[in-house]
Amino acid sequence: MEKKKLVIGVIGADVHAVGIQILYHAFTDAGFDVTNLGVMVSQEEYIAAAIETKADAIVISSLYGQGELDCRGMREKCDEAGLKGILLYCGGNIVIGKQEFSEVEKRFKAMGFDRAFPPGTAPETTIAALKEDLGIKD
Amino acid sequence: MRPVLLIDFGSTYTKVTAVDTDSECLLGTAASFTTVQTDINDGLNNALALLEEKTGKLDFAARYACSSAAGGLKMIASGLVPELTAEAAKQAALGAGAKIAKIYSYDLTEDDVEEIDALKPDIFLLVGGTDGGNTATILNNARMLSACKRDFPVVIAGNRSAARQCQRYLEGRETFVCENVMPRFGQLNIEPAQSQIRALFLRRIIQAKGLSRASELISGIMMPTPSAMMRAMQLLAEGTGEEPGIGDLLALDVGGATTDVYSIADGMPQDASTVYKGLPEPYVKRTVEGDIGMRYSIHGIVDAAGIDRVAALAGLTPERAQAMVDHLSVHTDEVPQSEEWERLDYALASMACETAARRHAGSTEEAYTMAGKVFVQTGKDLRPVRQIIVTGGSLIHTRRTGEIASHALFNPAEPMSLRPLKARVLVDRSYILAAMGLLAEYEPQVALHIMKKELIPDGYSE
Repeated sequence: MEKKKLVIGVIGADVHAVGIQILYHAFTDAGFDVTNLGVMVSQEEYIAAAIETKADAIVISSLYGQGELDCRGMREKCDEAGLKGILLYCGGNIVIGKQEFSEVEKRFKAMGFDRAFPPGTAPETTIAALKEDLGIKD
Repeated sequence: MRPVLLIDFGSTYTKVTAVDTDSECLLGTAASFTTVQTDINDGLNNALALLEEKTGKLDFAARYACSSAAGGLKMIASGLVPELTAEAAKQAALGAGAKIAKIYSYDLTEDDVEEIDALKPDIFLLVGGTDGGNTATILNNARMLSACKRDFPVVIAGNRSAARQCQRYLEGRETFVCENVMPRFGQLNIEPAQSQIRALFLRRIIQAKGLSRASELISGIMMPTPSAMMRAMQLLAEGTGEEPGIGDLLALDVGGATTDVYSIADGMPQDASTVYKGLPEPYVKRTVEGDIGMRYSIHGIVDAAGIDRVAALAGLTPERAQAMVDHLSVHTDEVPQSEEWERLDYALASMACETAARRHAGSTEEAYTMAGKVFVQTGKDLRPVRQIIVTGGSLIHTRRTGEIASHALFNPAEPMSLRPLKARVLVDRSYILAAMGLLAEYEPQVALHIMKKELIPDGYSE
């Protein structure tokens, strides 16, 4: 079967470069075809990369607390760009302060994200979710 | 003595350069007016007669030619995302020495198809999608192109999964499948498409009126003149296996209608606090500013720099400068005959260098993050480049070459434009660079030696 394609990167003015490398290797080892956009990625860059590579999912990382602001309007832009229904994930320290994560998750889902992951999520958790959502059987 | 003749069939002039490959020196150069309408051999014979008046009769061991005749190679390309595969297509076409008439992105429409027919391209470059990525757009575009009435060859260099289907849609038209210009996201692979474009260009030039007969006299294959220029610049920077070159460089060719800029440099970020954004640019990069030229495109220079700046540099009133510019835009063959007109040409050439270098070089932006200040770089960082090569009439026939070229340097007033911080200026006084690029195909060592000898330092600027 053809490998499922992911576009990953750290959104906004966020320069956390190490975690995204770890995710790149974890996702690649798990059998995905991964395009890593690195750090300080804009919404438009994720979308452009997803169009060219015909990606199945966009996985957004955010470590500096501004993720909610940075991700606003992402789903609408994807729709506008012809990426209707593309799988959208977000994870990391996506909001500031100690907030109840179920509330945060609710807000991200309302923004059109398929899943949101709390701080400290292991790559395996995201990989399992991706496999489930993309219908990959081990 | 072993004389070799190097010919450049231009759209208005046929230029000949004779070198002795034994003593590795320049014997002489000459030029003769030609037109696309007249037999190209007339121009060549006239130029040869002029040359031999200076050098005496020469018995050439070989004759090699490059050409931009018939207005050069006009290309149209289509890609998917403007900043990605459409940009890769542009880089491929420019690097092959083509003139770009239009770059389309996303799906071609019926209006676009009409426009393509009206623009009369010589070659179409069809790309889009990474390998295994998007196929919908390139397939749509192949289908749309099949409706074009004009016959032109199509170079297909997009997502490999779609290549054969594109060929089927374009049946009846000449097609060439090449490796993808962007096989993976952000990875530029333009050489295969470029060599295909060059091969098509040669064939077209050879078929052009008169050139087929000229080619009987020519021992070597031809290449587009801009390719010859690129070849010369790369050889000069890198050297040959036996001898080192002069290192990274920026080259400016300010012409009457366009300004071409070449850079031979990696240009990637130099420190860890800089993040690179966008498509990486080719190590050998060419850009063409179609609106920046000393005569036909004189208004473009004024539009870019502003008449006040041109006037101030020339020491003229804006009204006088504007009147002179308007005059030259009509009288395109005039060269400065007085000190006042020389000052105007100085100002125009300076602004042409500044504008073209700014557009060619990358830029940087400051961004403040929680981890502190970072720089976001797009395009090439040419600040460490220490050499600027200049050619073109307005820079060769002046005593102020170094001063003019210094406008291509980094300017503290616009620190975001990543141009060389300081550089030695080398001028192509004998106008031989394209000829040396041609010679480089056969005798790189000789070409390198002649360039090192003939390029004259003209000031060191900061």
